[in-house]
Amino acid sequence: MTSYTADEMMAVAASRRLRDGMVCFVGIGLPSLAANLARRTHAPGCVLVYESGTIGAKPHRLPLSIGDGELAETADAVVSVPEMFAYWLQGGRIDIGFLGAAQIDRYGNLNSTVIGEYSHPAVRLPGGGGAPEIATGVSDVFVLLRHSPRAFVEQLDFKTSVGGRVRVVVTDLGVLEPRDGELTLVAVHPESSIDEAREATGWELRVADDVGVTEAPSDDELAALRRLEAA
Amino acid sequence: MAELVTLTEAVAELVHDGDVVALEGFTHLIPHAAGHELIRQGRRELTLVRMTPDLVYDQLIGMGCARKLVFSWGGNPGVGSLHRLRDAVEHGWPVPLELEEHSHGGMAAAYAAGAANLPFGVLRGYVGTDLPPHTRVRRVTCPFTGEELAAVPAHRPDVGIVHAQQADRDGNVQLWGISGVQKEVVLASTRSLVTVEEIVDDLEARPGAVVLPSWVVDAVACVPGGARPSYAHGYYERDNDFYVAWDAISRDRDTFTAWMREHVLEAVPA
Repeated sequence: MTSYTADEMMAVAASRRLRDGMVCFVGIGLPSLAANLARRTHAPGCVLVYESGTIGAKPHRLPLSIGDGELAETADAVVSVPEMFAYWLQGGRIDIGFLGAAQIDRYGNLNSTVIGEYSHPAVRLPGGGGAPEIATGVSDVFVLLRHSPRAFVEQLDFKTSVGGRVRVVVTDLGVLEPRDGELTLVAVHPESSIDEAREATGWELRVADDVGVTEAPSDDELAALRRLEAA
Repeated sequence: MAELVTLTEAVAELVHDGDVVALEGFTHLIPHAAGHELIRQGRRELTLVRMTPDLVYDQLIGMGCARKLVFSWGGNPGVGSLHRLRDAVEHGWPVPLELEEHSHGGMAAAYAAGAANLPFGVLRGYVGTDLPPHTRVRRVTCPFTGEELAAVPAHRPDVGIVHAQQADRDGNVQLWGISGVQKEVVLASTRSLVTVEEIVDDLEARPGAVVLPSWVVDAVACVPGGARPSYAHGYYERDNDFYVAWDAISRDRDTFTAWMREHVLEAVPA
């Protein structure tokens, strides 16, 4: 079996949760990698929507920005940004939305705005962008976030988006899902452990009784992933 | 009717110190050259409006042109933070920067309301987040269903600036590809400036393109390459390497200032 990185494990674990025909609102980085991988493996009919207004984009290579020309050229339709947010996202036509953040709490609320006080921040982050609407406009939110006590916090410094529709959090250590409203560890990746996930969480992490082990990326998945990254 | 003028003339005439100015472009057709001309002409105390302030806003802020930023996502797409924006917010350098922070949906609704000459835009949004105290948003009740919704005041910039592919000699403008909020910002603004890649004799209508008739635009300036390092669909590609390089250039105040002197202040106006 081929060796793989933590990011590759995250992208593969997220991609496996996408089904053929699902409509996905995709951001840059790991979400874009995961969704494009799904299209090249088990879910060729997965519809990619980028917030720049490209609906049904089928990029041959991974975009650096959500508005690369490649996305417009390969899209089924290109719509304006007001139309994207009003008719398509708020209109309830998107199944899955991927979000990342600087911080997450046990309820799946996210912070991508500031670290520290809003008026005198220690770190001013880029801000929410479309995240506040994505979090409430799609049916299911998938969060991709590396596990660390700085990211998995007891108390957010700022609530940029609400966690009510977060269905899964994929980290570099494992997979969390809400159980009775609280994020619970349901699987660990092959190279990590429950203890490692506990130590990387800033609150007392709930662990499912039936916690599983993620299947390592297959050779086919890794080959498809690396072809995408090399394109 | 739009006048065909030089970029220098257009900025001198249309943009004044203290104005509310929106230079829009959602990753595509970002009016970089126009932003650089604002910097060269030393505009101050501007309120800058933009959904996705990126490199050109980082430059305007770092050069001390802005008093306030109205925005929803301020980063270097695919790369990371904007260091000049961060320095202004975190340390007040070179001048303090007031923020009015929205979500993308709120910004889009505010521009659309401005274009429609309505006082506010309406959306389901902001509920449950910490954003409301840091922005201008109120709750309204739908008179038909009783549903509680968010109201955002319309954006009505003094000046809207966008970049497009083409204009004809009468000042009719056509742009295509990812069109962002460009139509809305031009229609919402009191005055508008469009920089274009080329002036053509006949504006050949393209299906799906955005057309801005001459009579909704104040000034058109021909600035080939005016979106670089952003891109102009059909003309040139996005300079992804520069977006990556900007991270190091902008991280340090002196490196940034030296870069701006060489590439903007001492550059020949387009």
